[in-house]
Amino acid sequence: MSEEKKQQVSRRQFLNYTLMGVGGFMAAGLLISPVRMAIDPVLKSTGAGDLANVGLSVDDITSEPQRIDWSIDQVDGWYESQVNRSAWVYRNDSDEIIAFSPICKHLGCVVSWEGSDQYPDEFFCPCHDGRYYKDGVNVPGTPPLAPLDEYEMEIKDGMLFLGDPKPHREA
Amino acid sequence: MLQKIYDWIDERIDLQPIWRDIADHEVPEHVNPAHHFSAFVYCFGGLTFFVVVIQILSGMFLTMYYVPDIENAWRSVYYLQTEVAHAQIVRGMHHWGASVVIVMLLLHTLRVFFQGAYKKPRELNWMVGVLLFFVMLGLGFTGYLLPWDNKAFFATQVGLEIAQQVPFIGDQLKILLAGDASIVGAQTLTRFFAIHVFFLPAALFALLAVHFILIRRQGISGPL
Repeated sequence: MSEEKKQQVSRRQFLNYTLMGVGGFMAAGLLISPVRMAIDPVLKSTGAGDLANVGLSVDDITSEPQRIDWSIDQVDGWYESQVNRSAWVYRNDSDEIIAFSPICKHLGCVVSWEGSDQYPDEFFCPCHDGRYYKDGVNVPGTPPLAPLDEYEMEIKDGMLFLGDPKPHREA
Repeated sequence: MLQKIYDWIDERIDLQPIWRDIADHEVPEHVNPAHHFSAFVYCFGGLTFFVVVIQILSGMFLTMYYVPDIENAWRSVYYLQTEVAHAQIVRGMHHWGASVVIVMLLLHTLRVFFQGAYKKPRELNWMVGVLLFFVMLGLGFTGYLLPWDNKAFFATQVGLEIAQQVPFIGDQLKILLAGDASIVGAQTLTRFFAIHVFFLPAALFALLAVHFILIRRQGISGPL
């Protein structure tokens, strides 16, 4: 009799389990929506942006990097606006068109081609003296840890179209 | 009159043990600056809390004018700075207090560290203190964006890039903070506002409660 009783769930245990179960269910029910709401941006798939005409004819692209600016329609949640973008565009030795994002891979400042007199033929970031070779690869020993991002690119009717910045092909 | 009100309540719920638990305790001689002036180092924790109270009060009043919206945030801050009587002072308290609280926190931490007051049995309270430090830094980081001026925007840009460097979860962490994969904008501002005004203060209050209860339970560490 007493052996049998040990196997049973006591009244107190049963109540405990029931209360914990119900309480856990209620807590989960209470928390699931707020948590899902908070992490929504992380789970949202980022729709690939359209490529925009940057107003530059491919004939005007030389081996010297030139800065081009254009604007895109940006949707930030409920807020839509025009934002400016810029790129450094040039033709490399194998005649490919290259468009680098000017955002420094160290902490997000803006780099310029030959931005410092001391470092010709390099991209230079004034914030922490970050440097990149002409092919976008970061100079070892300077703050950036990765090469400059490259824009998605398309050429239509002799005009240059650029999309979102993507990691450098060598990264 | 006040005595009568007190007596009326006391008769019903026996107030004395409550306020005695909160307020009536010995301050040992070695931590009392009236006995040894050098004991002022024991004040840094209390001063930190004092400044925290100022931050909470001034922050509460600032939200009467502040709008966490990218069109209006800067304008609302500008308006209260220039048009509202005494608002400059309240925002000044919040602005400077934010720095003072970090300074006091560091002095308090240094005192505890160099006196070895964190040693057994007070390790738990040290850990709670470290968490409090992180919450404070979080409050400073999220509050910095709210005026939505250039300095705030680019400081946050950099801060988010730093968060992105966290191994494995960096990208997700950045999106979770910024509310968008690439934009620091409308959703970032509302998120930072919510974190600054609701989430982190809630964590702060909970941790402060534990911090103080542990002090009361374990007492102040003995003289050196």
